[in-house]
Amino acid sequence: MNPEELRKIAITQKESNAQYKHQICVCTAAGCVSSGADKVKDALNAGVKKLGLESTVQVKGVGCMGPCSAGPLVRVKVRVESEGEILYKEVTPENATEILASLDTGKKIDKLEYNTDVPFFTRQKKVVLENAGYVDPDSFVDYIGHDGYEAMIKAYTEMAPQDVIEEVIKSGLRGRGGGGYPTGLKWSTVAKARGTRKFVICNADEGDPGAFMDRAVAESDPYRLLEGMAIAAYAIGADTGYIYLRAEYPLAVKRLRAAIRQAERHQTLGNGICGTTFNFRVEIRLGAGAFVCGEETALIASIEGNRGQPRPRPPYPAASGLWGFPTLINNVETLANIPYIVREGGDAYGSIGTEKSKGTKVFALAGKVENTGLIEVPMGTLLKEIIFDIGGGIPDGGKFKAVQTGGPSGGCIPDQFLDMPVDYESLAKAGSIMGSGGMIVMDDTSSMVDIAKFFMEFCMTESCGKCVPCRVGTVQMHNLLEKIANNEATEDDLALLQELCDMVKNTSLCGLGQTAPNPVVSTLRYFRDEYESRLVRKGDNGSKPQPEEVKA
Amino acid sequence: MSPMTAQVVTLKIDGQDVSAHENDSILTAAREHGVFIPTLCNLDGLTTLGACRLCLVEMAGSPKLLPACTTKVSEGMEVVTSSERIAKYRRMVIELLFAEGNHICAVCVSNGHCELQSMAQTVGMTHVSVPYLYPKRTVDASHERFTVDHNRCILCMRCVRVCDEIEGAHTWDVMGRGTAAKVITDMNQPWGTSDTCTSCGKCVHVCPTGSLFEKTASVSEMLKRRHFLPYLTMMREEVE
Ligand SMILES: Cc1cc2nc3c(=O)[nH]c(=O)nc-3n(C[C@H](O)[C@H](O)[C@H](O)COP(=O)(O)O)c2cc1C
Ligand code: SF4
Ligand code: FES
Repeated sequence: MNPEELRKIAITQKESNAQYKHQICVCTAAGCVSSGADKVKDALNAGVKKLGLESTVQVKGVGCMGPCSAGPLVRVKVRVESEGEILYKEVTPENATEILASLDTGKKIDKLEYNTDVPFFTRQKKVVLENAGYVDPDSFVDYIGHDGYEAMIKAYTEMAPQDVIEEVIKSGLRGRGGGGYPTGLKWSTVAKARGTRKFVICNADEGDPGAFMDRAVAESDPYRLLEGMAIAAYAIGADTGYIYLRAEYPLAVKRLRAAIRQAERHQTLGNGICGTTFNFRVEIRLGAGAFVCGEETALIASIEGNRGQPRPRPPYPAASGLWGFPTLINNVETLANIPYIVREGGDAYGSIGTEKSKGTKVFALAGKVENTGLIEVPMGTLLKEIIFDIGGGIPDGGKFKAVQTGGPSGGCIPDQFLDMPVDYESLAKAGSIMGSGGMIVMDDTSSMVDIAKFFMEFCMTESCGKCVPCRVGTVQMHNLLEKIANNEATEDDLALLQELCDMVKNTSLCGLGQTAPNPVVSTLRYFRDEYESRLVRKGDNGSKPQPEEVKA
Repeated sequence: MSPMTAQVVTLKIDGQDVSAHENDSILTAAREHGVFIPTLCNLDGLTTLGACRLCLVEMAGSPKLLPACTTKVSEGMEVVTSSERIAKYRRMVIELLFAEGNHICAVCVSNGHCELQSMAQTVGMTHVSVPYLYPKRTVDASHERFTVDHNRCILCMRCVRVCDEIEGAHTWDVMGRGTAAKVITDMNQPWGTSDTCTSCGKCVHVCPTGSLFEKTASVSEMLKRRHFLPYLTMMREEVE
């Protein structure tokens, strides 16, 4: 379809949305679906039918609204033209009649209301997730009715590929897959690389335990991801793209598959995109749940049909990637930022965030914190704002101890850093990393040795087995951590653990091994006493450590 | 790129100015100039893997260590092939390998001719400082001429590569993750029942340890002969 036809669809859709007096949005992302959102939606639809409200009330499924632990969530817009919105939490199918009855009276149902005038909502800034919770992820026309594909039309019809890259460079966007590599630089490298073909790969393997940022994007706004990929393809000159998606996300698989079909039908993918002569197809490849397959060279090997094992870099995929061709590989969230950057301009995006970390970041807030769920904040938001304002602090009057960021490759940040802005540099300085956006809050009942052991066990079982330091080193480190946790280790064991941390970090082949020691190193840096208090002291014959007061 | 157009670059290896073809690895350049870098997974004539990490070298201007076997030379590069730090890491790699499997030299067919054993001497290993893991591993003696003893396997993948790249049979492959990874024949069937194995014995002779051996060999008797590999590679290159 050419731009005029696409714009016509957008206008028709906007008009048809405006017809309804009331709009009821039911979250249909995985979190709410698992607590019964589908049944709520069915009950609402049945109620509308029974009461004959089809022409005035619109019930639609939308993507993730954020506070997943309070699901199923339902947002009611009483009178679409006014801005008034009410969010209801923990809605059951039985509440459907009540909700429908409340529409005309305009009275809220107090017992179900989720107060949105709280920092959890007001402190967030939605860029990547701007459509999540508003757009029907199963509907091409609803996406385009919410200004979807505007960026693509702009890029394809008004901008040269180099201009698109310039905007991305100007935006200051950095890769959200963990490494934080400047996206514009990566794009221009692939654009310049010589090759008879080029590929775009979207890394949707999301293997960090507890992370679900990419899943939310793929489930809530699949068209946005496809739009981002198509813009990237145009900028670098690729004809084929792959989404490497973990098979454990069946809803994302289903929605993306449907979205690809719909997009091809409307020629926002496939041949002759947007009325131009540019062709770009996208295929989905399912990952079988190996963490290491998120590493770019292992991911490429896996798409090629080989065993998912990393290979030494250089050559980087930008020079020699999929089947040896120059390949752009970006994370889901990175690509989901692209439509905003192209639509609003690189400078507008660059005005969000800090000097070196631009834009927003999505975090999966979890652990000992009042409000868990998905949040998006400007880079540079203070750690304490995230945990105490947005997160609502530690439940049950508990005391904050540390926050773990970056998953198995990251570290634990103690309370002296609560005033720190959350950006790439500050996190690195504190001994952790941004990572892909996992944030686990821990209170003073959490044991740092146990945390370190948990992540080491993860790395040990996920190591592919190719290089010696990671394959054997992680087992040795895990065994030593277990010995410490069981109060059986000596000072020599602790020294050996530290030596292995240094060795595995510096000699492993890929990022998995190179960062596997991080959780140990960071907890040793800030909570060394927790390790030492569990050691068997020299001179003790028993295997149990003596409590301090007895020794004195 | 054909040798006719290959560019020559100059670099420094351990302070010595050397020249090399631009497509050479640091390892090749170092060997050509008599600088020894220990290697284990690497074998001339097979593709490079970068898995054992013994050949890691330091690079001026980069905090990262790089494997000499897979890293290409470049103009002005300054490489340091030995330092106290590298020596320590190399020793630890060998210690980790000894602790990972069940390597009992005294009863091994390769005793005295084993690359792991001699590498332990080369890197100055005096003892193993990490606890032994004593894994439960199997032996497959179903092939009429050869045996694979997984207790002695260090997962160097030479057998996998030689079988695929030189013999073209691709009988060997790997399964499993982490320390559970192991080399397998066909779809993890007994070697003796393999449909693809040509019984050429190339895997046995490239194996650095006593993991693959001929059934006729007793303790210390398994001598590995590898002259076929450079010869075959050379002949093939000539044909091309
Ligand atoms: C062990 C390991 C796992 C990784 N897993 C992921 C992942 O699940 N998703 C992802 O986007 N990047 C992952 N990465 C990072 C990728 O290698 C790569 O840097 C990234 O996809 C590049 O995209 P970006 O520039 O947009 O961040 C992983 C890296 C390592 C070393
Ligand atoms: S069997 Fe021998 S050649 Fe094959 S991976 Fe093991 S040690 Fe290497
Ligand atoms: S010889 Fe280079 S990594 Fe093994």
